[in-house]
Amino acid sequence: MGRIRNKGGGRSRGVLPGLGLTAGLTTAYLGLVVVIPLSTLALRASRLSLADFWALATGPRALASYRLSLGASLAAAAANVLLGVLLAWVLTRYRFPGRSLADALVDLPFALPTAVSGIALTALFSQNGWLGAPLERLGVKVAFSPLGVTLALVFIGLPFVVRTVQPVLEELDADMEEAAAVLGAGRLFTFRRVLLPEILPAALTGFALAFARALGEYGSVVFISGNMPGRTEITPLLIMTRLEQYDYPGATALALVLLAFSFLLLFAINRLQAFARARGGMA
Amino acid sequence: MTPPAAAAAEAAAALRVAPAARRPRRAAADPAWVRWGLTALALGALGLLVVAPTALVFAEGLARGWGAYRAALLEPEALRAVRLTLLTAAVAVPANTLFGLCAAWCITRFRWRGKTLLVTLIDLPFGVSPVISGMVTVLLFGSHGLLGPWLQAHDLKVVFAVPGIVMATVFVTFPFVARELIPFLETQGTEEEEAAHLLGASGWQIFWRVTLPNVKWSLLYGVVLCNARAMGEFGAVSVVSGHIRGETNTVPLHVEILYNEYAFSASFAVASLLVLLAAVTLAAKQVVAWRSPSRRASRSLP
Amino acid sequence: MSIAVHAVHKAFDGHPVLRDVSFDVPGGELVALLGPSGCGKTTLLRVIAGLEEADAGAVLHDGAPVEGKSARERNVGLVFQHYALFRHMNVAENVAFGLRVRRRPAAAVRARVQELLRLVQLSGLERRFPSQLSGGQRQRVALARALAAEPRVLLLDEPFGALDARVRQELRQWLRRLHDEIHVTTLFVTHDQEEAFEVADRVVLMNRGQVEQVGTPRQVFDEPRSPFVMQFLGAVNVFHGRLEDGRAHFGGIDVPHPAAGELPAPARLYARPHELEVHRDPTAGSFPARVLRVTPAGSAVRLELHAPTVDRPISAEVEARRAEALALAEGLEVWVAPRRLRVFEGEAADSLSSSQL
Repeated sequence: MGRIRNKGGGRSRGVLPGLGLTAGLTTAYLGLVVVIPLSTLALRASRLSLADFWALATGPRALASYRLSLGASLAAAAANVLLGVLLAWVLTRYRFPGRSLADALVDLPFALPTAVSGIALTALFSQNGWLGAPLERLGVKVAFSPLGVTLALVFIGLPFVVRTVQPVLEELDADMEEAAAVLGAGRLFTFRRVLLPEILPAALTGFALAFARALGEYGSVVFISGNMPGRTEITPLLIMTRLEQYDYPGATALALVLLAFSFLLLFAINRLQAFARARGGMA
Repeated sequence: MTPPAAAAAEAAAALRVAPAARRPRRAAADPAWVRWGLTALALGALGLLVVAPTALVFAEGLARGWGAYRAALLEPEALRAVRLTLLTAAVAVPANTLFGLCAAWCITRFRWRGKTLLVTLIDLPFGVSPVISGMVTVLLFGSHGLLGPWLQAHDLKVVFAVPGIVMATVFVTFPFVARELIPFLETQGTEEEEAAHLLGASGWQIFWRVTLPNVKWSLLYGVVLCNARAMGEFGAVSVVSGHIRGETNTVPLHVEILYNEYAFSASFAVASLLVLLAAVTLAAKQVVAWRSPSRRASRSLP
Repeated sequence: MSIAVHAVHKAFDGHPVLRDVSFDVPGGELVALLGPSGCGKTTLLRVIAGLEEADAGAVLHDGAPVEGKSARERNVGLVFQHYALFRHMNVAENVAFGLRVRRRPAAAVRARVQELLRLVQLSGLERRFPSQLSGGQRQRVALARALAAEPRVLLLDEPFGALDARVRQELRQWLRRLHDEIHVTTLFVTHDQEEAFEVADRVVLMNRGQVEQVGTPRQVFDEPRSPFVMQFLGAVNVFHGRLEDGRAHFGGIDVPHPAAGELPAPARLYARPHELEVHRDPTAGSFPARVLRVTPAGSAVRLELHAPTVDRPISAEVEARRAEALALAEGLEVWVAPRRLRVFEGEAADSLSSSQL
């Protein structure tokens, strides 16, 4: 008696069965499906000398692709913030016929296979498309231009900001707005000073999520972009081109740059969410 | 009812009514023109950006009439693409569902070191461009890849063949079920399972009789999402397929080929199948939200 | 079946939750684990049930250690604080669960479920789901479910905690009657001393992961073994005094205290409000005080007093009739004579604040 058990310290693992089996299967599967393939990339990269990597990752075509990918993704994510906050506001605050349908449609860009979004948007905005033709007459060229790339990215990133801001708006204390109104604040002032600080962390998270998704996006962009090297060629497409030419070192270098951007963003998202939680905790 | 109890009930009723009574007041805070203006703006944007492309898929698909639409869908290559897509999903979805259940069980039911790392790794495929997801398969199994020479020596073909497509799809759709289940099980707590354990149930009995019935809607939604992505994945599959007609073309790749060959209406006809798949996915989300009101109704797809 | 808890230790993330906990529950008794929230009583219950492993020590059922035994062999019935009913099963399925997983014949299961539902007075609600039941009904379903496989020990975690006051009162008496009927060894956790005293044969008092005292309700109430027990079990006056020459001194009076040594030492003296006598004239061992407030409380009257020789307000309770005879009123000068005082050495304040007063 008095034997020491559970030497690991900390909380006991609990009594439910199956930890060994499930953790073992999970780890094995994860290793096989995710870790080994991804480490192949690291292995490939380690074979590149720094000078080679630099040359491959900063060629003029590569630099142009970063500019377009980053620029278009940034612009699209910014547009998503405006559109997303507007949609979230209208969907949570107003009652109108078809509201639940509109709410469901917000998720469509997630659910629609990217190839379908790609060809549909291209046809819609091409010279003789439903929207492309009138825009053309106004002198605006959407398809096969950086604007088209941005538009496709706005489409696929649309749900992120809506879905991060919506719950915040739903839970926001109406008393706060009313208190501001009673204190004589105008509606716009209330929005800027009372609501905006509340939804900002969520909107920023949505922005970062949309940005990250846009950076890696391929399917919905390749059709509308026209893929002109140096002008409308996004980084994922350039990787694809390198792979098709069996230029694995080139593809690896570009992939590393793209991954670095993505992980920086994921890190930022984590920080933002921690920040939002801390704020929420204080409120 | 005793007087104090009646008073309490009255107070409770008043409390319940209060928020409902406040709602119109809040909406009324915005003048009508602002309300209608913003609503019109939001719906207009949604219409142009989301509804118009979707409607266009059907309009273009049916542009040459029902006969052409049917022919595009029943063309042997289209049918082979459908078959390959179904096969891919038939491998990827059960495998990732099983994995999702295992991962959710060991992550939410126990405390152990390495759990956090596991959760991070599960999220990884979401942070990676689909092109890179496909690329790692090529780097591993391609003719210039790590295992390429060995595979060639044994006359096995992965890249530009069905196994590569399946692998890339498994990688891309890997997190969906786990990501749905983990937060759900986390909020459920372990008491029901502990109760079952004390009542003498074995591990399998606990899983089948207590856990599974509780998570079924969440699980179903995760499976639907996983399936939608498995059937609709384009970028990753595009890298590994080699676009061999009738052999390594999935439905999205078939859509691309038809489109690039200017067979627009056939391309859109096949694409309309994928739109229906998306519609099923969204419907499933509504059903799940309706069946379990406790969960956040507006949980986003990843 | 008897339960013995022997020198159990348990820590979570390095924080000790249970420290050297030992006590026995004789077979067939109804015992309350009583203590303030966070004292480790729920953890102890989970250790006894086998849901947590003790870091050291042992739990014995009928003298045999239970570690390493499966839950089925241990056969412990546990009612969770929030019941943990299977929400997708109806009442009958919930109650039948323990029998079904043991693969008992269907007819026997049906009969037993009927019998149990009669016992917990829920016949006719077989097809209801937990979400369609009231708190008290859920509680009874949980109890029936725990009893179905005839456990040798029944454990209840705050069984009345989530119920409103009236239902709680009814269920307490009902649990006592039920126990008298089925006589299964029962251990229940509570933070409510009234509940523990009303229901239990014996009480295990816990504080900060340790057992403070074990005994019948009468014993722990009348002969508290520590200041904590004294203060936890109802209102009490604390007087700061000193020990000297075999006596305890405070407020100008003294009482014999054989344990006191020759040299002066600090001491605390405890008296419950009803243990203070109030007189109009000085009597032996009394000190003067002034009445600050008079509050009627049913058959008694509560007094708040101020004594010049005592540093804080004193509460006393006298029978209503006596209060009338004394013509107690605010501002009246009276004499207070403690009928009974419990003396503890030292002056360090215990975990309980004076708000318990």
